[in-house]
Amino acid sequence: MIEVRQLTKRYGDKTVVDNLSFTAKAGEVTGFLGPNGAGKSTTMRMVVGLDSPTDGSVTVNGHTYARHSAPLHEVGALLEAKSVHPGRTALNHLMALAYTHGIARSRVDEVIELAGLTSVAGKRVGAFSLGMGQRLGIAAALLGDPSIVMLDEPVNGLDPEGVLWVRNLLRQLADEGRAVMLSSHLMSETAQIADHLVIIGRGRLLADTTVDDFTRDAGSGAVKVATADTAKLRSLLVGPDVTITSSSAEELMVRGRDAREIGAIAAEHGVALYELTPQAASLESAFMDLTRDSVEYQSAPAGAARKAA
Amino acid sequence: MMTVTDLSTTPAPAPPRTTVHKVTGPRVLRSEWAKFWSLRSSWITLGVAVFLLILFGTIASHTYSPDAVAGGRPGPGGDSGDSDAVSLALTGVTFASLAMGVLGVLLSAGEYTTGMIRSTLTAVPRRLPVLWAKAAVIGPVALVLTAVGALAAFEFGAPGLDGTDIALSLGDDGVLRSLAGAGLYLALVAVFGVALGMLIRSSAGAIAALVGILLILPGLASLLPDSWNDTLSPYFPSNAGQAVYALHQSSGSLSPGAGLAVFAGWVALALVGAAGRLISTDA
Repeated sequence: MIEVRQLTKRYGDKTVVDNLSFTAKAGEVTGFLGPNGAGKSTTMRMVVGLDSPTDGSVTVNGHTYARHSAPLHEVGALLEAKSVHPGRTALNHLMALAYTHGIARSRVDEVIELAGLTSVAGKRVGAFSLGMGQRLGIAAALLGDPSIVMLDEPVNGLDPEGVLWVRNLLRQLADEGRAVMLSSHLMSETAQIADHLVIIGRGRLLADTTVDDFTRDAGSGAVKVATADTAKLRSLLVGPDVTITSSSAEELMVRGRDAREIGAIAAEHGVALYELTPQAASLESAFMDLTRDSVEYQSAPAGAARKAA
Repeated sequence: MMTVTDLSTTPAPAPPRTTVHKVTGPRVLRSEWAKFWSLRSSWITLGVAVFLLILFGTIASHTYSPDAVAGGRPGPGGDSGDSDAVSLALTGVTFASLAMGVLGVLLSAGEYTTGMIRSTLTAVPRRLPVLWAKAAVIGPVALVLTAVGALAAFEFGAPGLDGTDIALSLGDDGVLRSLAGAGLYLALVAVFGVALGMLIRSSAGAIAALVGILLILPGLASLLPDSWNDTLSPYFPSNAGQAVYALHQSSGSLSPGAGLAVFAGWVALALVGAAGRLISTDA
């Protein structure tokens, strides 16, 4: 279990992580989401003690990471892909880590096989593709058979087969009772793996929710209605908490009433409907709505165009 | 803000299937030992250092001519015109010291340059054992190999000096002490490189600092007023180091023991600085 409490990290007068609190529980996959520069990597570096918090605390299985006598057995972490000396072979890299904890060679071979690196274990890491580097990082994270697995953007650079592999692996690790935490800036990808979502922007917590709740809320209940008599339908549908917008002469966008209700009212008053479609807002756009104000590197025109689409 | 859904059942953490051992000093040492030998650059740099040591020493001894002493190659002690068999054999120490220093820098700063340090410090979050282990790996390795290299340079050079006034044999007074001193000096330079690398965290920066301290500082000192220069210069790192392996002490230089103590003091100072930076700064 990872417990983050009022965690704050400042560099000079720039606050990268701001009073952040959340818990990544055992048996769950926690998706850690936020736009680029939101503070995800910094938070993860603080979890394993590479950076020290300016304020607040983060503990893993009840203690600060550095206080564990065999930390690789507590937390397996994949940080930015480049945490490897390119001149060393994959096997030698993993052996170097294994020696610090007296981990047997047989376990090293096991994670190499698990990560699908058997054929390249004797190759120098510098020659690895991005995807192979990610697999090596995941192999290193699993080396100590840890009860917490924390991966920073694990599917970065993986091919579809690799993405599926990571997805199944993380699910399996969580089902074995481990706490799994992965960061991403892609909501659609994360929603397929995670149970629990922690969303941050500019270092602040924006949402601490479940994928199910987020998906339900993201639906937002808007219904697209097409009819010849928009004026009549509009007057029938108005009410408290109902907003109706119109994008063309024969179309209404209704919020506050569901499709069933609208259909019933229209039938009752003899208004013919050509179309009645609940608008399932995509998870991605719901995520972007949530984080829009806290995007670090705003790309206004392209972002606006995508929002409108 | 959305609601937090509490999962009613939280499964107990899975017990690790692998045997759990604590991180200990010897295990970190074992890891650093493996890291050192698993890089091609370690072998190359080490090979270059020993090769230069033997090559320059042998050539200097074979090209020595008693008639041309005045214009001869200055000995490493700077006491030119005062060549002896040992100083000729150790002509390559300056070059070897650069290679050994670079080796030390690569061992520590190389981890920062490549990002390996994140893996290293995640495995050993107490951090300091990593620094000690790096020093403990490279020190003895450098000591043994460069002492053997110095011995080889002397032996290969000896035939070139046969019949000259300055010919010496291994059994002569101070010869073995000087050759071992060269190994000791080069081993300390390697550890110095490790410390500078950890302190500066950039291979290029640390190598520049190393060259500056070992080679340029003594030259700059000559700009000082003579009285200052005479008092201070024996205590400069490389001058103190030269005293460790010089056969005859020139006037104003330290005794081998004092030179060793002073140079070791500089290395210790660098190590303390490196340790301070290692534990107090984000990786």
